[in-house]
Amino acid sequence: MQITLAHLKRGERGIITDVSSIHIPLKLLEMGCLPGNFVELVQLAPFKDPMYLNINGTHLAIRKETASHILIEKIEL
Amino acid sequence: MSKQINVALIGNPNTGKTSVFNALTGLNQKVGNYPGITVEKKQGVCKLPRGVKAHIIDLPGTYSLNASSLDENVVIELLLNKNDKDFPDVAVVVSDVENLKRNLLLFTQIKDLEIPTILVINMADRMRYKGISLDIDHLEERLNTKVALVSTRKKEGIDHLKNLITNYKDISITPCLDTSEIDKDYFDNLRKAFPNQLIYKLWLVITQDVNFGKIDRNEIDAIANFKTKSKADLKRLQQKETIKRYQFINDVLKNGQTIDASQAKDLRTKLDRVLTHKVWGYLIFFIILLTIFQAIYDWSSVPMDFIDSVFASLSEWAKNALPSGVFTNLLAEGIIPGLGGIVIFIPQIAFLFLFISVLEESGYMSRVVFLMDRIMRRFGLSGKSVVPLISGTACAIPAIMATRNIESWKERLITILVTPFTTCSARLPVYLIIISLVIPEGRFFGLGYQALTLMLLYLIGFGTAIISAYILNKILKIKSKTFFVIEMPNYKLPLFKNVVLTVVEKTKSFVFGAGKIILAISILLWGLASYGPGPEFNDAETIVKKEYASQNLSEDELQRKISSQKLEYSFIGITGRAIEPAIRPLGYDWKIGIAIVSSFAAREVFVGTLATIYSVGSDEEETIKNRMAGEVNPILGGPLFTFASGVSLLLFYAFAMQCMSTLAIVKRETNSWKWPTLQLIIMSSFAYIVALLAFQFLK
Repeated sequence: MQITLAHLKRGERGIITDVSSIHIPLKLLEMGCLPGNFVELVQLAPFKDPMYLNINGTHLAIRKETASHILIEKIEL
Repeated sequence: MSKQINVALIGNPNTGKTSVFNALTGLNQKVGNYPGITVEKKQGVCKLPRGVKAHIIDLPGTYSLNASSLDENVVIELLLNKNDKDFPDVAVVVSDVENLKRNLLLFTQIKDLEIPTILVINMADRMRYKGISLDIDHLEERLNTKVALVSTRKKEGIDHLKNLITNYKDISITPCLDTSEIDKDYFDNLRKAFPNQLIYKLWLVITQDVNFGKIDRNEIDAIANFKTKSKADLKRLQQKETIKRYQFINDVLKNGQTIDASQAKDLRTKLDRVLTHKVWGYLIFFIILLTIFQAIYDWSSVPMDFIDSVFASLSEWAKNALPSGVFTNLLAEGIIPGLGGIVIFIPQIAFLFLFISVLEESGYMSRVVFLMDRIMRRFGLSGKSVVPLISGTACAIPAIMATRNIESWKERLITILVTPFTTCSARLPVYLIIISLVIPEGRFFGLGYQALTLMLLYLIGFGTAIISAYILNKILKIKSKTFFVIEMPNYKLPLFKNVVLTVVEKTKSFVFGAGKIILAISILLWGLASYGPGPEFNDAETIVKKEYASQNLSEDELQRKISSQKLEYSFIGITGRAIEPAIRPLGYDWKIGIAIVSSFAAREVFVGTLATIYSVGSDEEETIKNRMAGEVNPILGGPLFTFASGVSLLLFYAFAMQCMSTLAIVKRETNSWKWPTLQLIIMSSFAYIVALLAFQFLK
């Protein structure tokens, strides 16, 4: 099922399928946010934003707005 | 003759690059600035085997060679400029064993510049906990380099690294990847146009963002114009390049690294669950702040009292032991009290930097950023503004420089504008001395009133910063993209050596930086206070004796009257009394007025100034605090420093923009005089109004 990263819930995982490169800073791509890499939502901050993610082994936080430009395929557990 | 090797240390943030630097150089390091910009430049010297010396430069942390800030720009500028005197003979890329995959991206980029590049895999001591094993031979072969497995915590692998640096000539400079594969036609054209240049270097020059100032690229200026592709196209190619690099890295690590996840002990998850919790997270953050302020107050009072009395007796000793004359007076009344005004604050400044460096080294600061982002955004700030606001408690200058990693220009500008409201260490001396004079010593739930007042002042500083940010966010009409990316590093026990070196370095730069200004001002003030123009000053003795002839005063009292007459009609007294009408409604006398005016060079001058003014003409051995407590209000009588005037003064210092260096840095970072000018005018008039209201209500 294709959803955006912003829809992931805590503890859920997925595989990144597409990133809209106009909306995503190069820095995020360089940190591993690329199609084919796995992503897990580690923690949501209070007020459900920003999102604390594990992307390809790198732990980072991004805002929900940015996450909504990243498409993922959810891995059902 | 011994030869010297230039070594550049490069690495992602949070890889322990600075620990490696410290391990290599020890105390042989110096910190300065890159010419013309305010990026910190750390260099050091390391002795290598066979009498070889290495000049090591610790470059700012960066995730890649595609610079997105002034700090990161420094890295690429150095690596692209072969004529730079610091151009490395060998680059040492420091990586963290747990994030090897991501760290290798930067490694492959530097390798492609055909610079001999050594790979340091740091934090090797954590491999066991994380179930990681590495095939070093395989990595060395595939990456075509030498690898040093290092643990700075256990002091392992540093000698091996030194050997590798010594023998850097054995390291292959063959690139890891062929960048031109991402768009063959485009790169073929590029190669034809500039046949003598390295293709990856050309590509970097073309794709660099030049928003961060004019870049001098010497021989390859023309390339910047070789843009046959749109910005969007270039970015797509950069993405393609990044994917290609990761493919290569994944391929290398497939056989070079195995991770047995079942062996991993996950401390991170447990700690994160508590530290970023919606209730506990904030509570812990608040408790940490509270502890810091209580500690700054309680722990440093002993060494401070000691320093204060040492300087008082030193001054007294100089006066008695040296032959009397102008120079002895200058020394005893100008220089020594002035120096005392700096040295006394070393304990507090050191504690403050100690806490800040521990918070940053441990990885906790990123959690605070994460926790605060949503709240800060409501005020037009970013979660990353928390770091400048907290490090602003040390000094606004590095704090304003620390805003560089805020991606959105509007959020960054607002952060820059409000950061000077946070209580910097230069305000601390003023607060401490006034609090100790006007706030009683009692305790409330185990916390001293004085410590609580200090805490309150810090909260006022933060609060004002936040509220002004909210207002600015409504007023400023700037459209900018709001990106936000922050790495959440692993929790680490801070390395003792790193913390100590940071504390020593920062304290030293406070003492010498502020010290020079304070000393100069002290000498100037002493001069102005010791000489005067008219007969009231020069014939003070006769005038006073005549005036009090009938009152039969003792010799001591007479001397004091003469001294105060002299001070009043000295150059400084005349100036002070000229500005007195403006500050009298705030509850100050002309001496405080002088201290406030001289504070515009730097706030910490306040105490030193008062110390100098009061000590001119005073014969007794006295501490600064006692002298201030003894001052009498010329109009109302009674002590000058009362609760009302003290609070008024505290609030004035909390809000006023009294720091030239901060204004200069704001000008530089915003590239306009508009913002620092507005800061100066708005903050200072606000301070005046608040101080006025406070005094009039409390009086």
